[in-house]
Amino acid sequence: MINYDIVIIGGGPAGLAAAISSYENGCKSILILERDSSLGGILNQCIHNGFGLHTFKEELTGPEYAARYVEKVIAFGIEYRLNAMVIDITKEKTVSYINEQDGLVQIQAKAVILTMGCRERSRGALNIPGYRPSGIFSAGTAQRYVNIEGYMPGKEIVILGSGDIGLIMARRLTLEGAKVKLVCEIMPFSGGLKRNIVQCLDDFGIPLKLSHTVTKIYGKERVTGVDVSEVDEKMQPIPGTAEYFACDTLLLSVGLIPENELSRKADVAINPITKGPLVDESLSTSVPGIFAAGNVLHVHDLVDNVSSEAVLAGKYAVKFVNGLTKPGKTVAIQTTSGVRYSVPSTINPENAEDITVIRFRVGNVYKDSYLSVYLDAERVMHLKKRILSPGEMESVNIPKKWLSDRPNLAKIVITVEKE
Amino acid sequence: MYDVIIIGAGVIGSSIAKELSKYELKIAVLDKENDICEQTSKANSGIVHSGYDAHTGSMKAKMNIRGSRMMEKVCRDLDIPFRRNGSLVLAFTEADLPKLEDLKKQGDANGVEGLRILSKAEVLTMEPNLSDGVAGALFAPTGGIVDPFKLTIAMAEVANQNGTEFHLNTKVIDVEKKDDHFVIYTNKGEYLSKVLVNCAGVYADDINNQLSQHKLSITPRKGEYCLFDKEVGNTVSKTIFQLPTALGKGVLVTPTPDGNLLIGPTANDIIDKEDNSTTQEGLNSIVAKARQSVKQIPMGFVITAFAGLRATEAGGDFVIGEAKDVPNFYNAAGIESPGLTSAPAIGEYLSLLISERLHAKEKTTYVKTRKDIVHFETLPVEEKAQLIRENPEYGKVICRCELVTLAQIKDAIHRPLGATTLDGIKRRTRAGAGRCQGGFCSPRVVEILAKELHKDPRDIVKFNSDSVMLVEFDKDSL
Amino acid sequence: MNETRNLTCINCPMGCALAVELEDGKIVKISGYTCKRGEEYAIKEITNPRRTVTSIIPVTGGDLDMVSVKTKTDIPKNKIKDCMLALKDLKVSAPVSIGDIIIADVCGTGVPVIATKIIRRK
Repeated sequence: MINYDIVIIGGGPAGLAAAISSYENGCKSILILERDSSLGGILNQCIHNGFGLHTFKEELTGPEYAARYVEKVIAFGIEYRLNAMVIDITKEKTVSYINEQDGLVQIQAKAVILTMGCRERSRGALNIPGYRPSGIFSAGTAQRYVNIEGYMPGKEIVILGSGDIGLIMARRLTLEGAKVKLVCEIMPFSGGLKRNIVQCLDDFGIPLKLSHTVTKIYGKERVTGVDVSEVDEKMQPIPGTAEYFACDTLLLSVGLIPENELSRKADVAINPITKGPLVDESLSTSVPGIFAAGNVLHVHDLVDNVSSEAVLAGKYAVKFVNGLTKPGKTVAIQTTSGVRYSVPSTINPENAEDITVIRFRVGNVYKDSYLSVYLDAERVMHLKKRILSPGEMESVNIPKKWLSDRPNLAKIVITVEKE
Repeated sequence: MYDVIIIGAGVIGSSIAKELSKYELKIAVLDKENDICEQTSKANSGIVHSGYDAHTGSMKAKMNIRGSRMMEKVCRDLDIPFRRNGSLVLAFTEADLPKLEDLKKQGDANGVEGLRILSKAEVLTMEPNLSDGVAGALFAPTGGIVDPFKLTIAMAEVANQNGTEFHLNTKVIDVEKKDDHFVIYTNKGEYLSKVLVNCAGVYADDINNQLSQHKLSITPRKGEYCLFDKEVGNTVSKTIFQLPTALGKGVLVTPTPDGNLLIGPTANDIIDKEDNSTTQEGLNSIVAKARQSVKQIPMGFVITAFAGLRATEAGGDFVIGEAKDVPNFYNAAGIESPGLTSAPAIGEYLSLLISERLHAKEKTTYVKTRKDIVHFETLPVEEKAQLIRENPEYGKVICRCELVTLAQIKDAIHRPLGATTLDGIKRRTRAGAGRCQGGFCSPRVVEILAKELHKDPRDIVKFNSDSVMLVEFDKDSL
Repeated sequence: MNETRNLTCINCPMGCALAVELEDGKIVKISGYTCKRGEEYAIKEITNPRRTVTSIIPVTGGDLDMVSVKTKTDIPKNKIKDCMLALKDLKVSAPVSIGDIIIADVCGTGVPVIATKIIRRK
């Protein structure tokens, strides 16, 4: 059994930032386990720009953003293993991984940081009827084929889902000579950034059909077309509205799911709404010493937030290893009325940072409303928000002082109010 | 001149070939698809039926019982998992309880062991996730589950390792009987054979009707299924049936040998023998019917849906044996449920008839066992470690959902009757069969297939030559 | 000649619908914005719309098959297609560093195309 103070599962943006933060907070016994052949995670295939505006005050492409962190990891001499697939974690923080060179290795960690990222929802999970032809790809898989392997998934494309991955791929495939016929989105609003709607769809005249979904796939061996139907408020297809589009490729950008199969093995409690671990202000999961950050915790929009979240996880992992985590009572964070979830879901005021960033998403589009924060019954924040939408992660900053001034505080409530 | 030609490399054709390859015979199996196990054999419930619902005295009953008894040993020889998890046939009203008795009587008459009627309380104790609407059940402890692809492929491998040829992408267009042999006209040329065996699934009537005056009529009866994540694989532990109707055994809810949850099938007679598409109505209907049996169908955990076509013969029973008016022409037709269960028995039955007819001599060199591709995911830690030490390619994980390694995928490609397609890899190794349905692994599997088969990645297909995965970059069309 | 062009502002999630009225190709009125950035965006989009173009080109002898590239700054929007065509049959060999110049001046824009990924020799 090998020993490390901190083992980080996943060498993408979250894992890299957590590793650097752990190092900068004094830990020198760190190991990053990455299953791909290079560090950088999903950023390696996100060759478009728009990353790092907040972190570096520049717009970088995914690989460039990753490179900034990889450089530091190498400069600090932080250990990492590549092509290493973690196959087990226990709640005692034993981590097992396999790769060709090392074989099966078991590591005893003092703290584990979960940064495994997320996977995409598949056609099967959507239960779209039809044959099972080739030509159906999740957008991320198509992105990998195009940007890493150098192959095109098809020539005439229909995209289901207007999340950023779908929009980015609409542009990417168009620039490589494919014809993207349309993007359909089951919700009445797009999940992607406005900037992507303009630069990925409008720039190329690709239509976006909101409140529409794919209801049938044609083609036995390879996709030959799809039916696109309008949906009602319950997102059920409206009979008689099906329109046929010939295409040879269906790209799916229909949801990202945090990859917590390993977390479950370690008995980490999972939030059924985010599908990621429930964490406290230190990003510690329900298993002391196991932390989580990045998309495995909740799916982010901006990598900058992934990085700052992971920095915190690294800091607290080091605190935990050094036995400096303060016990104390837990204040619950409740989300109501439009707010779907928050990360963290509890705060221990003794342990909290000077400012605790609570990140959350709303479940619908709210225009000209108020974002309010209550400490028990007392409203302490009432921010006018011109727009709140599910596609944009929001945050509120809670000063530690507010919490320590209220020793009997039972709960923090984050909510959307009309007035 | 072949001694035996078998049309159809599904589970029936493979089973017959496996049994016949015991003898000094020149055997070939012809299949129009690009891989073995591409039609009905790849899209069914995977159930090894106890045999209570076949009509007593029918060929179905005879083959089912024999097959069910043979299955454990066959699977051991083939090195594939077989789970005798038991079945429950549920009744939902008091009025239906006598039907359970009838089923039990039929089962007893067929020779099924251990059948027992259970009360509602007993059923719910045995399976707490069943719905409260259950009134009672017939418990069949001998019911089991098997992976139909593994069974088919394993049987074919045994046949092949003992000399049977498999000719894929070979479509039979016409068959003719000459005095002492058959001429089989295919898209790849003519084959001559002393004996012809018809295991052509939904097309078995076409083959038979070209030779025999005793016409068969096969209607493809579509069955749609929904497969769920292993997370909910424990929803039930037994295979849960509903009382059978005229159309079939009803919708079942079952664990699979790999730990998924499976529900289905529907039963819809269709016309197009190539139509294995799923439909919205079909999927809705199996979910609605399954909800009768099980409290909660975990729809949030669906990973895929598929459909298979049963070869339903108008006479309602298997048609197995020599055609009365065409000596040396043997049918194994109309093989719908309990076809999978019956496969070992059908192989045994027909191989005895055929070997006698041909006065065939048994081989001394027959090897009846084969080793499956390593199932890495389920190995204990020490065995995993040891395997990687011996072959580091077991340390390279390709499919993360099912923990399938490079070594397994290479094995699947390079062994006899190896995979050449993405679906072929999936069925042999489970890479791509997991919750992300190939989202992570398919680019890697395509790369491996291309490398091992010395092909361009753009020539790698999902299952046949028209199901290409990738195309050329075409910036000229910018 | 009068025309009105409709744009969506991309500066924040509001996505204000901007309307720009032009007379003989010159902007005479902008409406729909709710902050200064919206107005500025409209002006730029109409008078000089520019985009950063990102793509990939094959690498020989590297630990990866493809290297990602970008135009160092944005280039005129109407040059996107030409830029892609200029990259069409290019290839580089390993090693590649971030910032390596792939094309010194793409399509006369004065903007280079640079590599955005590190590729080591295999």
